[in-house]
Amino acid sequence: MLELKDLTYQVEENNETLTIIDHLDLTIDDGKFIVITGPNGGGKSTLAKLIMGVKELTSGQMIFDGEDITECSITDRARKGISFAFQQPVHFKGIKVLDLLRLATGKNISVNTACEYLSKVGLCAKEYIDREVNSSLSGGELKRIEIATVLARGTKFSIFDEPEAGIDIWSFQNLIQVFENIRKTVKGTVLIISHQERILNIADEIIVIENGKVKKHGPKDEILPELLGTADAVNRACSKMS
Amino acid sequence: MLDNIQKQLLKEVADLYKMPKGAYNIRANGEKAARNTTENIDIVTKDDKPGIDIIIKDGTKNESVHIPVVLSESGIKETVYNDFYIGEDCDVVIVAGCGISNCGTHDSEHDGVHRFFVGKNSKIRYVEKHYGEGDGSGKRILNPVTEVYQKENSFVDMEMVQIKGVDSTHRVTKAELAEGATMIVHERLMTHGEQKATSVYEVELNGEGSSTDVISRSVAKDNSEQIFEAAIIGNTVCNGHAECDAIIMDNAHVVAVPKLDARNVDAALIHEAAIGKIAGEQLIKLMSLGLTEKEAEEQIIGGFLR
Repeated sequence: MLELKDLTYQVEENNETLTIIDHLDLTIDDGKFIVITGPNGGGKSTLAKLIMGVKELTSGQMIFDGEDITECSITDRARKGISFAFQQPVHFKGIKVLDLLRLATGKNISVNTACEYLSKVGLCAKEYIDREVNSSLSGGELKRIEIATVLARGTKFSIFDEPEAGIDIWSFQNLIQVFENIRKTVKGTVLIISHQERILNIADEIIVIENGKVKKHGPKDEILPELLGTADAVNRACSKMS
Repeated sequence: MLDNIQKQLLKEVADLYKMPKGAYNIRANGEKAARNTTENIDIVTKDDKPGIDIIIKDGTKNESVHIPVVLSESGIKETVYNDFYIGEDCDVVIVAGCGISNCGTHDSEHDGVHRFFVGKNSKIRYVEKHYGEGDGSGKRILNPVTEVYQKENSFVDMEMVQIKGVDSTHRVTKAELAEGATMIVHERLMTHGEQKATSVYEVELNGEGSSTDVISRSVAKDNSEQIFEAAIIGNTVCNGHAECDAIIMDNAHVVAVPKLDARNVDAALIHEAAIGKIAGEQLIKLMSLGLTEKEAEEQIIGGFLR
């Protein structure tokens, strides 16, 4: 279980203090498939990065499985069982896909095992296993490799930050299937930041983050109709204007 | 006979665990330690200065020549002239390299002057590794000069590696390419401590359709200094590309000097140079996989210099 208590994250910009996460409280139960959504700039990605330790809290407390991890480094959090698929995967000159998967598992896994992870994200393993994780790969390919590293770790808490961002519509169709499979097979807690209805649709719970606070949190069946209703209302308003 | 230190140095510079197959000449502490010639590859000691001539017959294929040098006594300084005469239609691998173990107080220096005369349609792969070890105060110095003269449609692939332990290097590589000839260079360099390494390339593309690709990847740590100069001269219809990619760390200093000299309207020459520290995002990604910052750094450098 992950408990976020009174989390605040502020940044200084032009001599002004901006509050990105504002006294946020949230409890995430084990084994749930949770989608965080909400307007751009609302603090979703920041919240995810605070959980991984990529950004440092201004104030508040984080408890993971009963242990206070507020002061833990990225490495410590990773070792305690938190994984993170970045929104914009990084390139590594000279590091191959196989190397990255081996680093992810922490073992010298066989090529066959590595290929299984790639297959899970819809990549033809043979074509990719020996390729460098560099700019010769497309955005969609990098995104899948990024997701594969998180699957390879197989930790009890996995975060995916906007997996759909920056990929084309064709890759996206396949990516949805990847997450539908993750939904069926992964045993730990999965936290996905997404705007996509098809991803929202496979959630156990949906959390709406707005202005750095939890605006809504509940079962998918309860939250999703409200969200879609809102979207419909916007669409209707737009169609009247035109 | 080689002692254990010399054997270790050979392993580092030439991946040799025992005497190689094919032709070889092993030089240890300024003396010939072992030599073997084959039907197609002859090795002859020069009589006017230190060094050897390596003569490879026309049509020699799938053979190799190893000419490593090891210095394990402190205070040896030598300049050695090795000339490679490679016939036509050959396909051979040449492994050179120098390992210095200096536990003494005097500087040890090996300056190898290598000239390659590559015949028509011949294909050469040349590997040169530099390695230094030893905890003495004497410096380990290597100043290689490489000259390459390529005839029509010849192909030379050079791999120059210096990862550890050499205090000072000034490398000069010059090449002249005839019609249809190609030269590829991959240089990998890591400097640390107070080391200094300078690498200067000058490739003249003289023949129509000749091409070159000079690629350097380097990591500069601590207070070390690196200077990389790559000049490509296009005298005709040709393609030239030089690339310098460096990771800078600590208080190191890296200079990249590109020079493209086109003397023909159809000379297509490109230079790319990038110097920067390890990207924070790279470290964060690997740390999110459970590596410490130091382990992440090692992986990034290891991959970069692969």
